[in-house]
Order: sequence, then C-alpha cells, then structure tokens
Amino acid sequence: MKINISRIIIFCFVIFCLFVFWLGLKKNINYDTESLIGSRISNFQLNEINHNNQSISEKDLKNNEFTLINFFASWCAPCRTEHKYLLKLSDKKIKILGVNFKDKKSNANKFLKELGNPYDFVAKDSEGKASVLFGIYGIPESILIDNNLTVIKKIIGPIDQSQYNEILNLIR
Amino acid sequence: MKIKKIIFIIYLSFFVPLHTNENSSELSEIYKNLRCLICQGQSIADSNSDFATTIKLVVQDLINEGKTNDEIYSFLISKYGEWIVYQPTFNKNNFLLWTLPYVVLVAGGFIILFIIRKKQV
Repeated sequence: MKINISRIIIFCFVIFCLFVFWLGLKKNINYDTESLIGSRISNFQLNEINHNNQSISEKDLKNNEFTLINFFASWCAPCRTEHKYLLKLSDKKIKILGVNFKDKKSNANKFLKELGNPYDFVAKDSEGKASVLFGIYGIPESILIDNNLTVIKKIIGPIDQSQYNEILNLIR
Repeated sequence: MKIKKIIFIIYLSFFVPLHTNENSSELSEIYKNLRCLICQGQSIADSNSDFATTIKLVVQDLINEGKTNDEIYSFLISKYGEWIVYQPTFNKNNFLLWTLPYVVLVAGGFIILFIIRKKQV
C-alpha cells in the first residue's frame, strides 16, 4: 500500500512536469511588442530634422485625433517598400510623425526628396535613444495612437496592404 | 609646494579609476540582466547589435541621472515588456517558478526526516 502511494506521487509529479513542458511548448516564444497595445506613450521631445529650434512633444500629439508615429531611415530597405502606403495615408484624417532613426540628415532629406514626404513632422533620433521611449527595437516600426496617447496598433516591420487597410478601419 | 601638488595628483589618481570601475561594474551587472531582443540567446552585455548599443546608451544615461537598478529595469519593462529582463518579477503567470523550488525543498526535508525516523525505529 505504501509503495502504491509513492508510485502515485511519482506519477503525479511526472504528469505535472509533462503538463508544464506542454504549456511551455504552446507558448509563442517570438518576441514582439504588440502586447504593449493599450499602453500610453510616455513624455518625449524630439527636434525637427532640419531645424533644431523646432520640436514636437506628446502635448502636440494630443491635438490630433490619430497620429501614426513611423520610424524610418534612408539605409533601411523595407522603409522604401512601405513608403507608398505612408504617402496614401497622408491624404487621410491622420497625422504622421516621422522619426528618422540613426541616420545622416543629408541622406534622410535625399530619401524624402526621392520618394516624397508623407510626414507632417520629421523628427530626428540620431543616437536611437528616443526610440527606446516608444519600445522600438528595429526599423521600420509604426505606432498608431489616439488623442489620449494610447497605443491602438503597433506595426513591426514595413506597412503592407492589409495593415494599411487595418489602419484605415481604425481611424474611420 | 611642488611636492604637495604631486602628492595631491597621485592621491587623485588613486580615486578616479576606482570610481570608474565601480560604475562600470554596476553597468555590466545591469547589461548582463537585460536580454538582447533581436539576438539569439545573448544578453545586452554580450551583444554588439544596434539594439544592444542603444540600450547601453540609455542605461548609461539613466545611471547618470541617478536612477537605481530597479528603476532602470522597471523603465525598460514598461517599454519592452518583461521579456527584456532575465530575472522575471513575481506575478500570477510565474508564481510556480518562484515558489516551487521552496515547496520542493521543504517537502524534500520532510521526506528525508520521515525516512531517517523510520530507519531509527
């Protein structure tokens, strides 16, 4: 009878371990910051790319119904592919804040001259430190926020047709 | 007067590197507990990626601002989620991870005690 009890305990322990492993295997291990949707963006202040005396802060974004914060760089190839969607969005009722990430001013200006400027304000983040305030870990990344500065959508990687449609639905 | 100046410079030279080492060891400890989100199994300390470099700069700034280690971890968790730290905080999702070792330790102690008493009898 005693042997049976210890066997039951060992059996239960093995079942428990297998259950924990099964839970672990089911879990998505690919990191993304989409879980941060619903959080509010913190205080920030970014200078305009060409004019150091002009800046934008979270207070300015509160005046917009919706703002899309797009992190881009001239050296980023996927940024080129998403640019046409940003240009299309610039005609809609949404403000677009471009944050030029770890880039040279001349290259960024050339990039915008070549592909068009969809941004209402182009800010610079030459060291990439400001991007940390937005939870950015690679570019391109875009964050859609409302006038309460709440993150509605976070797009990791370039914006494609389906994400463009999703943004349109969200701002409708 | 010259000797006094030399002694003063030597005195200073003893303290400046000590302070730097203290600061860099503190930084290194923080970097080791931060996960490089775009790397395969590397900490911020081990990685030279763009992301790791940026996080190192931000951590240095926060240290210079006088923030404590916990404040730095909280700040980064608020931006990137708990995945960024190697040592997770206690919550309902990982309470087993934190409590089970102690439960097993206590249960193991009781089992050993039980076996010893049984043998003595």
